[in-house]
Amino acid sequence: MTRYVLSRLAGLVPTLFLIGVLVFLFVHLLPGDPARLAAGPDATPETVALVRKDLGLDRTIPQQFVRFVDGVLHWNFGRSLSTKRPVAEEIAERFMPTFWLTVWSMAWSVTFGMAIGVASAVWRNRWPDRLGMTLAVSGISFPAFALGMVLMQVFAVDLGWVPAVGNDDWRGYILPSLTLGAAVAAIMARFTRSSFVDILGEDFVRTARAKGLDERHVVIKHAMRNALIPVVTMMGLQFGFLLGGSIVVEKVFNWPGLGRLLVDAVDMRDYPVIQALVLLFSLEFIAINLVVDVLYGLINPAIRFR
Amino acid sequence: MNATLAPAIDDAAAEHVRTPWSEFWRKFRQQKVALVAAVFVALLVVVAVAAPWIVPYDAENYFDYDALNAPPSLAHFFGVDSLGRDIFSRILMGARISLAAGFISVAVGAVIGTLLGLLSGYYEGWTDRIVMRICDVLFAFPGILLAIGIVAILGGGMANVIAAVAIFSVPTFARLVRGNTLALKHLTYIEAARSLGASDRTILLRHVLPGTISAVVVYFSLRIGTSIITAASLSFLGMGAQPPTPEWGAMLDAARSDMLTAPHEAIFPALAIFLTVLAFNLLGDGLRDALDPKIERQ
Repeated sequence: MTRYVLSRLAGLVPTLFLIGVLVFLFVHLLPGDPARLAAGPDATPETVALVRKDLGLDRTIPQQFVRFVDGVLHWNFGRSLSTKRPVAEEIAERFMPTFWLTVWSMAWSVTFGMAIGVASAVWRNRWPDRLGMTLAVSGISFPAFALGMVLMQVFAVDLGWVPAVGNDDWRGYILPSLTLGAAVAAIMARFTRSSFVDILGEDFVRTARAKGLDERHVVIKHAMRNALIPVVTMMGLQFGFLLGGSIVVEKVFNWPGLGRLLVDAVDMRDYPVIQALVLLFSLEFIAINLVVDVLYGLINPAIRFR
Repeated sequence: MNATLAPAIDDAAAEHVRTPWSEFWRKFRQQKVALVAAVFVALLVVVAVAAPWIVPYDAENYFDYDALNAPPSLAHFFGVDSLGRDIFSRILMGARISLAAGFISVAVGAVIGTLLGLLSGYYEGWTDRIVMRICDVLFAFPGILLAIGIVAILGGGMANVIAAVAIFSVPTFARLVRGNTLALKHLTYIEAARSLGASDRTILLRHVLPGTISAVVVYFSLRIGTSIITAASLSFLGMGAQPPTPEWGAMLDAARSDMLTAPHEAIFPALAIFLTVLAFNLLGDGLRDALDPKIERQ
């Protein structure tokens, strides 16, 4: 197992390196001079030169890259161009709301998605299946921002059951996490169903039935365990989807999270913030996938010993 | 996909030779939902092409100042927005933008991805390693984040959004086709072609590609739905289509401030996106069921 984890970690090195290079080059791909962007539109040439020296933009590209990697390792992403505060501070403030939003969305959507998927597979082509799959295909077709607007209008404005914006208490989390998780629940339901349908057709399931086990036992003890292996992988991939989706949902609900920070940063062309967030989002995604891979190895020994 | 010559006896098949096409059509037309979706998609395409000639009002430059925020009526089927523009006309013109964005971005992604997938699956070795490594990196950015990064570099606008969506469609198609190519290239018919002296080019384009194309087609349809949503999301965030372009996501964003007094301004663009994406997804599901030989076995 340790060897498996180590080899997975080693496999990440080139990917991490390439991501680092891409995110670093981001500043140089921007149209215009980054030093001028940082100094502001009415800075004198002397100020721009000073800023360039201060940001290390006067050195060679490899030197700048080393400086960038060193900064990242020390959790130093420079200062925001719009607020002049360290980017790391801005991110630290916004991290928890996004983190909890993602976790809650994941929790409900996986629970419901898998339940719907299992029910649909067990009662295949009967009404639970039809209802579940209709819900699921609608879920992947309804854009999150539109769903968020509808939910907010109905449950916050018309009925007044929950607050429309803000994350002051747990009730503030209800609508945003429902919105964010809807598509994931739908994808999980469809995926679980097809994985389960495949497994229910396998020989060992037929054997289990043939030896007289009741259906509940067959589904829970025999089918579930095997069908869940691909579902776990799918869960990891969906986390990335949630991270991306949170950007849109946070705008709808005026959520004080990383997604809105990113949208505002793009608006203001605040490149140190964009750079740090893109890096953070992708590192998060990679970390989650690593965890999923390790879990996958734990569930399925065949993968570990390949 | 080869026609599976199942022993099922069927009137049509008794007289005709079963080509992959007839086989596909036989299975596809049994799926009523997918057929309806296909008709809806066809209608959308017609509307999108004909939009400039059939809209009742100019979508961008007609302003009815006496009917600001007016609800749906006979004069304005979907009502009027806060600037006095006819929402029905804007929805029709928006179909053009959304369909073009979805179709072009996925088409570009599918062509490049399929090509890369064929090459990396067929030659393996370091071609494969490089292509897959690039795919890994692209996969490491959640789709919309990559698009936002690209828009931050290139600037906003629909063309850049299309480019961004195309770029992150590439790895999915590349992986899909690579997997199929790896499986196909060891089959006897490929070996036979090679022993007859067929060039790599011929083998890839005439023998491997047709074997994997059905998977690509299914994915294409499902992917268009996702891409339309992504493009609309970026416009909703203010990074895609710029006002006064009648893009559905941008229209929803503009409608946010009038949700209380004029909900119709949000309802119609939301419905337009939902129905369009739903149609592509249902069509994709139908295509998959018709093209996947595994389904028939069960």
